[in-house]
Amino acid sequence: MENEKVKTKAQSGNLLEVEHLKEYYPVSVGMKKVPLKAVEDVSFTIKPGETLGLVGESGCGKTTVGRTILQLYKPTAGRIVFDGDVLFDSEKKIKVDMLPYRKRMQMVFQDPYSSLDPRMTVEDIIGEPLDVHKLYANKKERREKILSLMELVGLNAEHAMRYAHEFSGGQRQRIGIARALAVRPQFIVCDEAVSALDVSIQAQVINMFEEIQEKLGVAYLFIAHDLLVVHHISDRIAVMYLGRMMETADADELNENPIHPYTLSLLSAVPIPDPETARRSKRIVLEGDVPSPLKMPAGCPFRTRCKYATEQCAKEMPELKDRGNGHLVACWNK
Amino acid sequence: MSDLESLKNIKKQSVGDEPVVLDSGVGENTILSVQDLHTSFRTDNGEVSAVNGISFNLDRGKTLGIVGESGSGKSVTAYSIMQILAENGYVKSGKILYNGENILDWPEKKIRKFRGEKVSIIFQDPMTSLNPVFSVGYQLVEAVRLHTNKTKQEAKERAVEMLKLVGVNDPMLRMRKYPHELSGGMRQRVMIAMALCCEPDILIADEPTTALDVTIQAQILELMQDLQKKMGMSIIMVTHDLGVIASMCDEIIVMYGGRVCERGTADAIFYRPAHEYTKGLLRSIPRAENMNEKLVPIGGTPINLLNMPKGCAFCPRCENAMKICLEKLPDEYRVDDDHLAACWLNVADLMTG
Repeated sequence: MENEKVKTKAQSGNLLEVEHLKEYYPVSVGMKKVPLKAVEDVSFTIKPGETLGLVGESGCGKTTVGRTILQLYKPTAGRIVFDGDVLFDSEKKIKVDMLPYRKRMQMVFQDPYSSLDPRMTVEDIIGEPLDVHKLYANKKERREKILSLMELVGLNAEHAMRYAHEFSGGQRQRIGIARALAVRPQFIVCDEAVSALDVSIQAQVINMFEEIQEKLGVAYLFIAHDLLVVHHISDRIAVMYLGRMMETADADELNENPIHPYTLSLLSAVPIPDPETARRSKRIVLEGDVPSPLKMPAGCPFRTRCKYATEQCAKEMPELKDRGNGHLVACWNK
Repeated sequence: MSDLESLKNIKKQSVGDEPVVLDSGVGENTILSVQDLHTSFRTDNGEVSAVNGISFNLDRGKTLGIVGESGSGKSVTAYSIMQILAENGYVKSGKILYNGENILDWPEKKIRKFRGEKVSIIFQDPMTSLNPVFSVGYQLVEAVRLHTNKTKQEAKERAVEMLKLVGVNDPMLRMRKYPHELSGGMRQRVMIAMALCCEPDILIADEPTTALDVTIQAQILELMQDLQKKMGMSIIMVTHDLGVIASMCDEIIVMYGGRVCERGTADAIFYRPAHEYTKGLLRSIPRAENMNEKLVPIGGTPINLLNMPKGCAFCPRCENAMKICLEKLPDEYRVDDDHLAACWLNVADLMTG
């Protein structure tokens, strides 16, 4: 298989641009239908071959962002530009047929148990995207492509005729990754792709993601809740809270100089696997829970748990502002 | 003299014949002593030996961490102490001494008093461990009344007091709520309140924060440390998260394939790991030191408990495995005052230098 890096044609140098993305789900509360604002104004860009880590607590909308970009959910509003092509624009009412783009944007799911069809062999699972997009001339070529993909993710050729249940969690995740890579995508959304794995296996899969990126130049949106893993794999990290972007910065910069109070408490809450650091560091324990997205606080959504909150925070949501070197922060007080 | 014999001799000189337990015997302060515990499960595919001879002592007011991957036997060890193994599971041999008495000899009636009053457990998933059809208050009151002679009213007061203690705001209102109406962190607080309402001597926490977000995890860990200071119970912390272990525990046991690989203080385990598995684990997690380097994963796949190797369980995945590792199981060997490891490499080190 041609192991050359994918190329982009976009002028801006960005592979993916997401602007003011909104995603509301209609839910019934009693007799009324109300919108659940899962994603409320999210903007970011991803460069070719770059990894953007997306972190936040459960329910903050990070999975929804990933799925909405691929238009597995219909976006409520906003603009999505992929490689220079506008995929969705709510103002200009643009919506394109996604099928040709499915070849270029793929997804790896969290649960390697439920995301593989138990009645299909590994060969058929990895071959299905090739069938859909008709990426082979004859059966022989199909088989060759499948075998080279299996080799790429570290599976043996003799595993091709086996079923998903015959594999361990780590191997299943490799099958899922091979399936995503089958169409040679430029961009993969990895939604908690290593969260279900044991630590020793997790490292194997993380390394594989990195090696594939070096070889093929794929860009990742790496969604995860484990901040140490995200820090390790990402070039840049975006922090979300209740459907909004709080802070975006270079991975090392974010970890060394977090500015937003939410990022600060999130980072301080991570248990560090080092007794010395653990004894020294003081956790900033946040009071209470994340508010329900159905009862979203007005203004900045974090103000109910923020010790710096002022009146202004209740009135208006701060914009993401550049604090130098592409370190974007949405906070009035910091 | 063959290699094997010379190794044996060295071992005899250094540690003696008996397998060593860190605290070398049951001290006055020891509240729980597990000795050479073997737990197995009968399955259609044969007997699965989940725990293969684990020993440890737990002192009053101390925190013991048990860390390992899935299938390492850490939860089964906890369940063996609680005597809540699945139907096909049984303790094959060994002793579990609570204040010097072997609880394995106790009749079921006595065990029921022991559970909840002396030892309590909190589980990973607070949604499935609370009963969805009863209010939180009902379940708390039930736990109190089962183990004490309190009247309904007194039990209710105790429940409210416990909810207050674990930081549930507006406890009177929460008492009437059902588990699904509470958030994950709240549910885990209720579980902790329930576990501690009879002031047990030992709290077993089986992955108590794995299902929670980091900020909520921080709250719960802080709460557990707080309560330990107030109530003085001992904690057994079972987890796969090396981060949680590093900040919480006085002593750590690293398990693999149902056996202890290594035990010692947090500093010993993290800064001077002496077992190849522990070393591998520490290399495979992202830490401050290796942030911009490649992780070094442990090769291979976790062990299949249905067919355990004859020698060291970690041997098939170990890069530095020797011939003896395949053949003979290493005993726990003293590396330092506060540090033991079951790895032949340490013995070989001693032999050569």
